Formats: sequence, structure tokens, C-alpha cells
Amino acid sequence: MIFVFSEDNETAFEILSEANKLADSSKSKIAAISFGGTEDDYIACGADIVFSINIEPHEDSVVEGISVLIDQYKPETLLIGSTKFGREVAPGIGQRFGAGCATDCIDFSKDNENLTVKRLVLGGRFITTQRFLRKPQIATVPPGRFEKNINKSRKGEIIKISFKPAKTRVQVMETKKKVPQEMKIEEANIIVSAGRGLKKKEDLKLIEALANVLGGAMGCSRSIAADLKWLPEEHWIGLSGHKVNPRLYIAIGISGQVQHIAGIRDARTIIAINKDPNAPIFKSCDYGIVGDLYDIVPRLTEILKKKS
Amino acid sequence: MTVEIIVCIKQIYDLAQIKIDTSKRPVTEGIARKLSDFDRNALEEAVRIKEKHGGNVSAVIKGTKDAAKEALSMGADEAIVYNVDTDSLGTAYMLAGLIQKMKYDLILCGEASIDEYSFQTGPRLAHALGIPALTYARKIELQDGDVIVERDLEKVYEIVKTKLPALVTVTKEINEPRIPTLIQILGASKKKITELSPSKPDAGVETLSIIAIEMKRKEVILKDVENLAKIIMAEK
Ligand SMILES: Cc1cc2nc3c(=O)[nH]c(=O)nc-3n(C[C@H](O)[C@H](O)[C@H](O)COP(=O)(O)OP(=O)(O)OC[C@H]3O[C@@H](n4cnc5c(N)ncnc54)[C@H](O)[C@@H]3O)c2cc1C
Ligand SMILES: Nc1ncnc2c1ncn2[C@@H]1O[C@H](COP(=O)(O)O)[C@@H](O)[C@H]1O
Repeated sequence: MIFVFSEDNETAFEILSEANKLADSSKSKIAAISFGGTEDDYIACGADIVFSINIEPHEDSVVEGISVLIDQYKPETLLIGSTKFGREVAPGIGQRFGAGCATDCIDFSKDNENLTVKRLVLGGRFITTQRFLRKPQIATVPPGRFEKNINKSRKGEIIKISFKPAKTRVQVMETKKKVPQEMKIEEANIIVSAGRGLKKKEDLKLIEALANVLGGAMGCSRSIAADLKWLPEEHWIGLSGHKVNPRLYIAIGISGQVQHIAGIRDARTIIAINKDPNAPIFKSCDYGIVGDLYDIVPRLTEILKKKS
Repeated sequence: MTVEIIVCIKQIYDLAQIKIDTSKRPVTEGIARKLSDFDRNALEEAVRIKEKHGGNVSAVIKGTKDAAKEALSMGADEAIVYNVDTDSLGTAYMLAGLIQKMKYDLILCGEASIDEYSFQTGPRLAHALGIPALTYARKIELQDGDVIVERDLEKVYEIVKTKLPALVTVTKEINEPRIPTLIQILGASKKKITELSPSKPDAGVETLSIIAIEMKRKEVILKDVENLAKIIMAEK
């Protein structure tokens, strides 16, 4: 049996479709774990069985709930959504069962009986192939990696599970909403991205103006989103930010460190504007121009305005 | 209340310097090593908590003796070093084995090590020790035997509280790690380093290969903006 869990429904749908591919070769049943309300959707997306657990889901209770199911059904594999929540649940279960876990797997295959996965390491510059040595085999899967596959006529079984989780040791005192953002940078065809080469926040206007002429979205390096906080996290591109695949990616005042490049590997064309001819970005771009962004970007925007 | 703090640290290769051999495998010989980025934040936070509340900071480090010296000059009171490579399951077994014998109120880890980027060791170690894990901390406060943490989650900041002992994993944003002064570096030589060689524990996954991802790009350097604009029009 393959267990699938993500508290993020879309991610669970995506993983269910990948789980079906894995199951085809082994004839395993796929069981999705639901904490209420999503049972039918899980079946439509590929679950043979939905375990429906009616408890308040937090990290501890979810580990406990899934552990009860593991004891009973002995799944050979668990695929868990690689959200911050999932990345805490997965190793927690792993330690409980003396099992390995591979984080952020982007590819799955079978090597005889054992699951083999691929994931990025060493700043995203390398890809490693890893094989599980014991069961259950636990892997986390990044949101957006696989495509969901809905078929409303699919049939499945819903099994209600009741258990009483231990009292949580962690008390939530307050939650503060982050500023919500409509944009999904992953969906943009053109991205114009800003880095530390900008001297002040107001200068983002230059980047925005260029993005607007091109009908593109604005992205940024980690420095801009995490350290300077000039833009919200939705714009952050790279290993720890969003991984994007636009037709055109323009990196402005971005040095091109490995972790940034890890987010733009799948871009069709990469253009770099940087004043340092030795900046690593020039080794990772299709077209580059060496010069001051404060000179180049406004001129480029003007020319493109006339052309379009 | 004084606090006994343990910080888990991994020494890693400087990723930007790693070279590639003819079979595209990483070459690490002769490459400089450093303390993994978020682990320096964890250590810095431990030292700040100790400066405020009093107590003791012990660093448990995977790496060489140089890593121990670096942690001591950043403010750890003592260091335990070992150097065994394994996966996250094995690491948690090993760390739990070492830490079980020590006194602790608070254990700090990085949210992830920057070479493996697994996000596993903290939660695993907490499970192995039977204590709660509070992950992705951007703020930590101690109050009457409780630890209060502001967690940086995808859509919200979540403020949570639990009784000590507890394990907290920290983000890069929590602080700016100090650069040790010469006096601190010299002072560190008087502090205690214990070198251990735990036996290799059972692992859950094995690594079959590590291969560089090739990104073939044109790398054309243009001279003027007109030209750049033409290319952009053609590509968009
Ligand atoms: C675990 C980990 C994960 C990370 N994840 C990410 C990630 O997801 N995304 C990410 O981006 N980074 C990430 N980083 C950080 C990454 O290593 C770099 O520090 C970061 O990408 C640098 O941002 P930058 O290029 O904007 O700044 P810098 O490296 O400071 O580069 C600024 C560039 O601007 C150029 N410049 C300056 N002035 C001008 C001018 N007037 N005109 C033109 N050019 C100019 C400079 O020549 C320089 O190349 C991560 C790091 C770690 C350790
Ligand atoms: N071998 C190790 N020895 C000591 N601490 C470690 C080790 N591996 C990981 N850690 C700690 O666990 C955190 C998460 O690492 P990882 O699970 O590898 O992403 C790191 O930031 C360190 O604080």
C-alpha cells in the first residue's frame, strides 16, 4: 500500500497522480489520508482508499494518526507533501518507525522492490539518486511538481478512523497573517527579477516598469525578499524560494549564486544585466550585458516601449 | 533561571567552490569548509539566550576540530566533535545517543543544513528524545520555564509556546551571526573540545550517485542595449 498525505489539498491531488504511476508497476493500493472534507476529491484524483480521520490536525496529532494507520496497514511507501507542515510530519514518522526519509523528491522509480528517488543537493547544483534501505519508505514531494489527474467517475472506499490523540504539548498563542498575494510567479511567462544590485527600495520601480512593458511578473533574489524585505516572499526565486519555468527570465543586479540558479534552471531563455563581468550569472545565462543597471534598464524599457 | 543549551552543528564544504570531475561528480578535495549557514544562526541565538539568562552552551558538531574551534570562538562554552557520515535517520540516532548523556533545557538546530537541505534532523532528534519540536523559528523567548517561538510558516507567523525541555529549529532571519574577534578566537583555545567516534548507525537511505546538473546556456555577451532589446522582442 502507498500512503499519500498533504494538508495542502492541491499538493495531495498532485501526489496521488504520481502515486498511481508508481503503483502501476507494483499493483499497490493507494490510500490517501484525509482529516475531513476531501474524501471524494481524493478518490477522483486517484485514491483507492481514503482514511478519514476526524481530529484537529496539527504536527503531533497527524504523526500519531498516520502512525496508527502504519501499524495497522503496513504501507511500503509514504508520500507526503513537502510543505513546512509535511516536512515536520515526515521525519517525525520516520524516526518513530526507524525509517529513512528523502526530502523534496522530484523523481521516483523502482529498483527491484525498493523505491529510488532523485533530489537536489549541494545548493541545487547537483542531483542525487538515493535508494531506500528499509520500510516504510518515506518521501516528501514539493507542491507543483506533478500534475493532478481528476476523474470524477473513479470509485474508492472511505474508511472512517477514530482515535484519540494525546494532548498536544505545544500551545498556539497567536497567528499573524502574512500579506496575502494573488500572484503565482510559477505561472508567469516572462519574469523580470531584481537583486542586491539595486541601491534602494524605490528603485524597484525601474524593474517594475520593464516588467510592465513586457507584460511580465516581477521576481527577486533571496536578498531582496528575505533580508531587505523589499518584496513579499511570493516574488522570491531560487532553491528556498519559488522554482520557475518562464519563456524569458531577466536577472538584473543578481550575482547568480547556485541557490538562485536552482530556481531558474527550467527557464527557456535567461538574460543577465550586471556591472561585474565576472559575476557568475554570466556563466548561467543565454544573453548578458555588462553595465550599470541604472543606465541600461531605463534605456531598455524605453526602446521596448517604442517597439511594442 | 539559567539554561543548558545544546546546539547541533554540521560542518559543510563551501558550496560555491565545489568543482566537477570529468564524470560530473563533485570534487571536494581541498575545498574550504565552514559551519552550515543556519547552524551559525542557531549558535548565535544560543549565545544570545545565554547572555540574557545565564547558563551554558554546548555545541555538538559533525566535522573537524577546526569546526569546534570556530563554534567556540563564536561563544559556545564547550564542543563535542565527531565525524561520521550517514543519513538523517542515522544522524538522529547518533545525536540522540550523545545528547541523552548531557544536560539540556533547550536544543537548537538549523531549519536545514545547506548541503543536504533535508529539514529532518531537528524533528527527528526531538522525536528520538521525546521532546516537542518547534520549527522555523524567527524569534525565541524564554519565560518561566516555557519557550515561546514565533514560527515563520507559508501563510502565517504562528506564535507557539511549550514547556522546556524542547527543540527549536531556526531560520536565517532570526539573527545576524557575529564574526568572532581576535580575542574571542584566542580565548577559545582554552575551552574544552571532546572528540568522539560513535559507531556508524543504521541508515534508512543510501546514496547511489551525485551528478552535476548541466545547464547548457548560450553565454553570449552583448555590447549594446538595442541589440538586447531585439533579442527580448524575439524571445518573448
Ligand atoms: C540554503 C540557502 C538557500 C538559498 N536560497 C536562495 C534562493 O532561493 N534564492 C536566492 O536568490 N538566493 C538564495 N540564497 C542566497 C544566495 O546564496 C545569494 O546570497 C543570493 O542569491 C544573492 O542575492 P543577489 O544576487 O541579489 O545579491 P549579490 O550576490 O549581492 O549580488 C548583487 C549583484 O549586483 C551586481 N550589481 C551591483 N550594482 C549594480 C549595478 N548598479 N548595476 C548592475 N549590477 C550591479 C553585483 O555585481 C552583484 O553581482 C540561499 C542561500 C542559502 C545558504
Ligand atoms: N551530522 C550532524 N551533526 C550535528 N547536527 C546536524 C547534523 N546534521 C544536521 N544537523 C543539524 O540539523 C539541522 C538540519 O539538517 P538537515 O536535516 O540535514 O537539513 C542542521 O541545521 C543542524 O543544526
